Order: sequence, then structure tokens, then C-alpha cells
Amino acid sequence: MITDKMKDCQFPALGYDYSALEPYIDAQTMELHYTKHHNGYFTKLQNAVKGTDLEEKTFLEVLKNISKYSVAVRNNGGGHVNHAMFWKSMSANGGGKPKGKLLEAIENKFGSFDAFKEKFNSAAATRFGSGWAWLIVKDDKSLAVTDTPNQDNPLMDVADENGMPLLGLDVWEHAYYLKYQNKRPDYISAFWNVLDWDVIEKRYLDYIS
Amino acid sequence: MKKLILIVPILIAVLLACQPANEKKNADISNQEVSESQDMNLTANDLDEAMYAFNDLPYKADALEPFIDAKIMQLHYDKHHKGYYKKFLAAIDGTSANGLSPEQIFANVSNYSAATRNNAGGYYNHWMFWTNLTPESTEMTDKLKAALLEDFGSVDNFKQSFSTAAKSHFGSGWAWLIVLPGNHLAVVSTPNQDNPLMNVVPEQGIPILTIDVWEHAYYLQYENRRAEYVDNFWKIVDWSAVSERYEMALDGYVYNP
Repeated sequence: MITDKMKDCQFPALGYDYSALEPYIDAQTMELHYTKHHNGYFTKLQNAVKGTDLEEKTFLEVLKNISKYSVAVRNNGGGHVNHAMFWKSMSANGGGKPKGKLLEAIENKFGSFDAFKEKFNSAAATRFGSGWAWLIVKDDKSLAVTDTPNQDNPLMDVADENGMPLLGLDVWEHAYYLKYQNKRPDYISAFWNVLDWDVIEKRYLDYIS
Repeated sequence: MKKLILIVPILIAVLLACQPANEKKNADISNQEVSESQDMNLTANDLDEAMYAFNDLPYKADALEPFIDAKIMQLHYDKHHKGYYKKFLAAIDGTSANGLSPEQIFANVSNYSAATRNNAGGYYNHWMFWTNLTPESTEMTDKLKAALLEDFGSVDNFKQSFSTAAKSHFGSGWAWLIVLPGNHLAVVSTPNQDNPLMNVVPEQGIPILTIDVWEHAYYLQYENRRAEYVDNFWKIVDWSAVSERYEMALDGYVYNP
């Protein structure tokens, strides 16, 4: 999707019912998040891109050079890409652990899957204000956990640490407030139960090959 | 005890310098806590709590309904605001920030930790916010109105400018009406828990009105409709408080909780 030209961008299907991730993420949150927040970013992105030379560029090119573009492209481009990736990272049959090469890479980098989870949880819990926590593959193909403010993405040249995102967790309050209110750590813990590791592993294998 | 000797004069000085007339009640309570502390061997943490008050909400949690519902107010005050307060005390404990007024901390906030910046801001900003809201019908003074006319053309233009800042601020943050050096007024917004007193913002000034646009301030009632929340905000602004802060700001004083 990030290699598509911006003019070919479609609003992606969610891929499951709003209630599919219950009880970890409730249907009302999913519906608002997808139909209002994500769709809002998507629409504003289209307005920002329409009739400009961005139409012919790919998401990847634009994200990697985001400092050259308007705040609207940065915020809404990030908002669209981040959410599209987020929905696909989750499944009603999620949870458990990765396997194969991704698990191996996680263990090599972080010591164990649990140590990785702890690091990711901490990044998600301590990101102050709205933003995202990420598992990324860096240019040297090593893994890292990082976090970004607002709708920034680790591919953006403005991010503290660059890499290809494998997994992102939305920690804007709109992602969890209706169900978890101020208890962000409970939302973060619940997230592991809906993670689709097959999708995340495929992203990893595609990127390193 | 050494700490007590250091803190009491500072506390009294801060109270004398910074308390506006209508904040006398808080000053009396704090003074009482200080005199009691001389007999009661209070811990350093108790003294921090006396110095950095966590006041009751100035109205009931449901007082601002239907514009801000009671559940939001309860969570916002008991969980978010109190959380910042506790983390603020923890962040400054044992540091050179301890004993300074929030205003003094903000003036050099770049010298302190991120935890101090975020939680001192969260502690202070929420007080500004609670105390510039009221269920009562209030009017701004002619002096404030004249200043808004001068700097924005009309009160409506000012409201529009402030609303636009609040609606368009991306992500968590606050919109503000500030008094600039030279006494002109301006509308600004800040990310997260930053505020216009901090030496890290592009445009510094003394804040006299604010709105919280973190999603926790409105999501349970308004969901994604931040604009509706901002439009309703005008129905509960305490113009007397804003007018009073404007007068203080003209004299160079900052509102302190």
C-alpha cells in the first residue's frame, strides 16, 4: 500500500466487524475510530493531494521526504497510513506469539518475546499526549521499538528513529477512552490479545527479502 | 527542619506576591497549614502539598452540564488533573525546582526534566481551565472588551480566532488567550501540557483564558466532534475571572492556583 501512488489511494475496508475485537476493543470505539477519525484523515489527505504533483508520488516517497510538504500532508498522510496499517495488524483470532524468523529476530534483539513486550508497553505507556508506539525494522535490518507524536510515522524524515514499521499501536485517547478512560496501560495490555502475528511476520519477511 | 525554614518564607513571599484578591481563601488555608506544620513535624511531602495546593473544584461536577457532563468532570479532575499533580510533586522532589512557584518553573522549564515540564504544565493548566469556567452568567469588564476590540476588531472576531486555534490544534494540547509583553492580546495554542509561560513555546505571554483540547476533555460526550465542544465552551466561560486575570497581567502578575 505504501508503494501505491497517492492518487490511487482507496479508503481500505476494515476487514472485520466493528465488534470483532470485543472485549478488548469495543464496537463503538472501532466504529468511531474507523468511520470518523480514519475517514477524516483520508478525506483531508485527498483534499491536500488533489491537483498537486503529489498525485504521482508514492506514499513511501512522500513519507520519507515529509519535511518538504505541508503540515496537512504530514498529519493526514500519517493519519491515513498509520490507521490502515493498524486495522490490518489486528484480528478476532489474534494473540499469542510470533514464530519463525520474526520471533528469532525479536529474541536476538530484545532477549526474549516478553522483554520485547515490556519495551513496547513502556513506549506506548510513556508517549506523552497523542501518538503511536512502533516496532520497526531499521535500514540495517535490525529491529527497534520507538514512538512518535501525533500522526507521525517512523518512515518520516522528521522521526527520531527511522525504519519500516511492522506494528503500530495507536495511543491517541480516541483509540481507547470510551472503554478504558484514563487507564491507558489496560488498553495496551488488551492489545496483545488481538494482534495478528501472521500479518506482522509477513511484513517482516517481505521487508528483509 | 532546614527545609521548613527555607520553604516558609518562600511560601509567604509567593502568597503575598501572587494571590489576587479573590484567591484570599486559598491563601488563608495555606497559611493555616504552615502554622500547624510548625507544631506537627510534617514531612517534606506534606510541605510540598501545602506549597502546591490541590484545590477542590470551584463547583460541583455536574455544574457545567449540559455543556460538559459530570462523568467527564469527575474523571478529568480526579484522575487526569490529580495524576499530574502527584507526578509533579514526584518529579520535583529533591530537585532545584522544589519550592519554586509554577510560574518560576515555567520560566526556566527547559532546564528541568520532561516529567517536570509535562506534569507542572498539567497541574497548572487544569487549574487555569477549571477556574475560567462557571455555570453562572458573567460579563467581561469594559476594559477587557476594549482590549479585545483593539487587538481583534470585535469580541466575535476574537472568539472566532480562539475557536479556530482550539479546533485546529492537531493532537493533544490547549488554546490560549494571552497578554503579550507590551500588553497586547494574542491567541496561541500549545502541544500536550505546555503553556505560554514556558520558555519553550514560540510566543510567550501571560495566559488569561484557556481550553483543554485533549480528547479526554470531551470524548465521552462529544466523541470526535471537538468543534461542538469548543462552540459550547463559550456558554460556560467565566468572564469575571478572565477580566480579573487580564487586570493582573497588566500589572505583570500571573494567576497561580
